[in-house]
This record gives sequence, C-alpha cells and structure tokens, in this order.
Amino acid sequence: MDETETSSERKSLWQYANPRKFMDLTATMLPWVWALAVGLTALGLVWGFFFTGDDFRMGSTVKIIYIHVPSALMAINGYILMFLASLVWLIRRHHVSALVARAAAPVGLVMTLIGLATGAIWGQPMWGTWWAWDPRLTAFLILCLFYLGYIALWSALSDPDLAADLTSILAIVGSVFAFLSRYATQFWNQGLHQGTSVPVATGGRSIDDVFFIPLAISMVGFFFLFLALVLTRARTEVRARRLSVLRARQAA
Amino acid sequence: MIALLLRDLRLAIRSGGGFGLGLAFFLVVIVLTPFAVGPAPAGLAAIAPGVLWLGALLAALLTLDRIFALDWEDGSLEQLALVVPLEGLLFVKALAHWLTTGAMLALLAPVLGILLYLPQGGALPLFLGLIIGTPALSFIGAFGAALVVGIKRGGLLLSLLVLPLYVPTLIMGAEVARRGAQGMPYDVPLALSAALSLFALAIMPFAGAAALRASLR
Amino acid sequence: MCCSLRGGASRLRRSRYEARRMTLTVSGLGIGRTGRLLLRDVAFELAPGTALSVRGKNGLGKTTLLRTLAGLQPPLEGTLSHDPDAVAYAAHSDALKATLTVEETLRFWAQIYATDNAAAGIAAYGLDHLRARPGGELSAGQRRRCALARLVVSGRSIWLMDEPTAALDADGKSQLAAVLRTHLGQGGSAMMVNHGEHPIECTQLDLGVFEAAPEAARLDAFGEAVE
Repeated sequence: MDETETSSERKSLWQYANPRKFMDLTATMLPWVWALAVGLTALGLVWGFFFTGDDFRMGSTVKIIYIHVPSALMAINGYILMFLASLVWLIRRHHVSALVARAAAPVGLVMTLIGLATGAIWGQPMWGTWWAWDPRLTAFLILCLFYLGYIALWSALSDPDLAADLTSILAIVGSVFAFLSRYATQFWNQGLHQGTSVPVATGGRSIDDVFFIPLAISMVGFFFLFLALVLTRARTEVRARRLSVLRARQAA
Repeated sequence: MIALLLRDLRLAIRSGGGFGLGLAFFLVVIVLTPFAVGPAPAGLAAIAPGVLWLGALLAALLTLDRIFALDWEDGSLEQLALVVPLEGLLFVKALAHWLTTGAMLALLAPVLGILLYLPQGGALPLFLGLIIGTPALSFIGAFGAALVVGIKRGGLLLSLLVLPLYVPTLIMGAEVARRGAQGMPYDVPLALSAALSLFALAIMPFAGAAALRASLR
Repeated sequence: MCCSLRGGASRLRRSRYEARRMTLTVSGLGIGRTGRLLLRDVAFELAPGTALSVRGKNGLGKTTLLRTLAGLQPPLEGTLSHDPDAVAYAAHSDALKATLTVEETLRFWAQIYATDNAAAGIAAYGLDHLRARPGGELSAGQRRRCALARLVVSGRSIWLMDEPTAALDADGKSQLAAVLRTHLGQGGSAMMVNHGEHPIECTQLDLGVFEAAPEAARLDAFGEAVE
C-alpha cells in the first residue's frame, strides 16, 4: 500500500488511514478530547440539574433531557459513523476505518440503552407508562437490536478482514432498512413522543433558552465523550491487531 | 439458472430437504395460540391476522439457514461460484426458498385462519398480503444467510441479524391482513408490501453476492 | 434477468475443441490467505497437452494456489492473465448431494456448464451401474469418481485437481489415468496436487522455491505499524 501512495496523497486526509499516523494523531488529540468531554458534559449536567428551574408542566422530570437527548443523538451519530466508516472500508480498504466502525458499535449500543432507559424513567411519571410502542421508541428498539446483531457478527468471525467485509455490508444494508423502518413505524402507529427538542432540525424552537443553553452544552459534551470513547476503543483495536500480527510473526 | 432452481426445489422436496419443516412449524404456532390466549372467539379473531403473519415470518426464519449452509458444507457452493454469477445464484436460491416456504405458507394461512376465527372476508387479503409480502422475507433472509454462511451454528445469529430488517415487511403485511379482516380497504399497505418485496428483489442479490464473495475467499 | 443470464451461459457453450488449446501462464503471482502471503513470485507455464504436479510441504499454499487460479480468491500480488471460464476445479470436498442420484448430479452440472457431456462423464468413470444411486449411498471412492466426472462434464480445458487420487482404488486410479490421457490428447491440460504416486507422468512443480520469507508473511497495514 505504501508504494502506491503518491506524494499528493500523503498530504491528504487519507494519510491518517495509516495505522501509525492514526495512532500518532490520536495520541496528541485524545487528552484534549477527553478534557472537553468531561468538562462540557459536567458543565452541561451541573448547570441543567442545579441552576435551571422546573418546567411548569413537567416539573423536575424535565431535567432528564440533559442526558436523554444527547445520548439519543449520539446513538444515531454512532450509526452514521459506522455507516461512513463501513463505506470507506469497502471502497478504499483502509484498515483503520474498519476498526473505527467496530469501535463505534458498542459505544452506540450503550448510548441507545441510556436513551431507552432515561426515556422509560421519564415516561413513567409523564405518560404513566414505562414503555409505549411509539414510532420513535420503536425505532430506537430496532436500532438497539441492530447494534446487537452487528456486534455479534463481528465477534462470530475470527478472520478480521472477512469480519470487516461482512459487517460493512450489514451496516450499509441496515441503514437502508433503518429508513424504511422509520417510515413504516410512522405508518403503523401515530406518535406519542413530542417533536424534536433540537432547534436546528425544525427551524423553530420548542423549548425555552433557559433549558436549551445547558442542553446544547451537554450535547456538545456528549459528542466529545462519544468521540473520546470511540477513539480510545479504536486505539485499543489497533493495538490488539498489532499484537496478533506480532504473535503470528513469532509463530512463523 | 432454471436447472439450478429445479435442483433446489428437488432437494427441498426430497427427504431431509426441510420442505415440510417450515409449514409444520407454522401449523404448530397457530395450533398452540388458542391454548396460550384462551379459546374465546372474539379474542382470537382480533389477534388472528397478526398471529398468522408472525407465524409465517417465524416459519420462514426457521428455514433460512438451509439456503446456503448445506451447499457451503459439502463444497457445492464453491463449485457453483466457479460457473454461475453469484448475484444470479442468490436470486435463484431466494426464489427457491420463497416457492417452498413463502408461497406455501400463503396457501396454508387462510386454512389455518379458520382455527383462529379469522373473519370470512379476511382470508383473501391475508393470502394476498402473504403472497406479495413474503418474497421480501425470502430475499432479505437469503442476504442474511449469505452473511453467516461461513459461521458454524449461525442460525441464531441469522435471526438476530434479519429480525430488524423484517420489521417493515411485517408491519405492512400484518396491516393488510388486519384491515382486510375488519373489512377496511387495504390497497395502501398492499401496495407498500409490494414495493418492499420489489425493493428486496432488486437490492438483496447484490448485497448477498458481495457477502458470499467475501466468505468464499 | 433470467434471460440475460441464460444468454451468458450460451456464450459459454463454445465447442469443446475450441476451448482446449489454452496455455496457462503464471508469473509474479503472490498468493495467500487472510492477508498472509504464503507464496510470492510464483511463475510457471502449463501448455496444452501437458500435466503438472504441484509439490510442497503441508501448509505451503498448494490448495490456496489452486483456488486462486480457479478465481475463487484474488491473488495478493500480481494478476491472473487467463480466462477463469477456461478452468474447472475439483476441490478436496466432493460437492455431492445425499439425495440426488449420480445421473441427476452430473446432468445438473452439464446444464450449469451448458454442455451435453453428462453421459461422457458417467462412461469415463464406469459409473453406469451407479446411475440411479443417490449420493448418500455411495462409498468414498465412488463419490470421488463422481466428483472427478464433473471435470469431464465441464468441458473446460484446464483442470485443477486437489488430491484427485484420495480414496480411489486401483481401478479408479487407472480410470483417472485414462481420462487424463484422453483430456491431454485433445489438447487439454491438468494441474494436480498429489501426495501419493501420480496417475500419469507429470512435470514436477516444487512450490518450495516460491515460499514467501517469514518477514514478508503479512501484507498487513498493521505489520508496518510495528516497526
């Protein structure tokens, strides 16, 4: 691969697909990412929990959105990252992208579970039920199943390149069906869930500034937290691959 | 290609081919349902369309891993891959699976509907929904089977991988049956079912062939 | 879709004698599995009418070489110059179905290969009395013969055979030798991996000289990262 790399390519973004370059870059990045993740998440949550008033309708239960919304957002982001990294692997066959896709899955799964659990805790007092077959909730449950299947497929295959190929194909087909499921569930059941809380998505704003500013900080914090977790996991995966290469070489 | 289809049908029908397996499982699910939920006609009639669809889906799921696993184990898949384009292979295999399960389940379902007090008018939409919706189950399933072909005892993993992909098909198909049973117009979900089946028919051979190609390497 | 695929199949239906006379030339090929380079700079020529016996210790990559030449897996270095449609491959496994009879099996493969050689395959290995016997009731040697008959059925000119004599008795070996002689006589060629004696006289190809050095054993981006 190195021989075929031209000098113009060396300057491009793709150079970080080389494991060593990736490790160098992430080693310098990671402390900052972790610092931002911890700092912003803590700021957002503390501000949200202790320095905002209760909602006139929802009372103090509103505060759960500082965890619920960012984690749900990151659950979807994790999926998008997996999709993109899978495409990169299938098209350009950069090993690091396959490992990033692999690293993102468990993080995405945990974010999905946090989203579902906080949603249930909030739903119990507000809707009077832990669970409702609402399109959004259903979509998240399907997302959760999909993450489980993806992780299971990775762990069932011992050949890393084959596993990367098959999981990438699954991720791409799965994202097509994620769209289909989204519209199918809307057809199937009208929603109970309120509209989005993120103003960029709707153009308008459904929640007040008082709640939105700490929520925005918390979302940015969760984004860095997600990034930090994925990068840390990807570094572990790169090291694990190195280890298996070294072992194979020693055995040869 | 026709030779391959005939061979797969022949293999399925002969002993040990698993042709009756899916149908028997469907029968068992439907017969056991009244024991689980009680024999009251009103209750059974209300859930009949959904249970019939669920039973058909599970029966299709049960037979999926046979699509490629047997040919993989005895080396036939490798031999076929040398001659036949894998996209065509997947298409024919999925078609054979549909003919031996989906189409048969669609024929059987209205009969089993009687056991669950499915209203008279509901039989035709149930049949139509199944015959139009189950190709999606076979083609998506063949893709899943291609993904796990090299994995020993991949059957359970296969159901985990395929279930999220089955959700839209199940929603639309069961909606056709439910609306039909209640005497409501069911043309919209039926059209959407057909769309899903055609979509699976068009896309899955390529995705599945990519998976097979990776596994055969 | 079916029609276009059938069109493709009929394109393959070229005359047997036209397809024979094909030289398999290999040079600078690197082969391996799961990113592990086993053999590199593999070079040899297989001319029409000749047979080649591949030698080498266990795990050297003999089967991998055959699979690569058959087009089942891509080479790790270099490219294949031959038409994969000229090659037929008899793998280690027999690829028979327990419930299909010998005749059904060979007829099926004749249809897949778009030839009419099913009867020729049955005759070549003396399978006449087993015609109606399902695959599940055949002995290991009979299964092997049936699998080898598939090469005759294929009508292709370059035969790749992985341990063709395994499980064959003396009769089976002489049948194999006769079939190979006819095949070579018609301008076909064969390449086989064999541990025992050869069914016919072959040129030897020792793969040991192409063995990849252990330090080149991994064509892996992660191997580079270790240095």
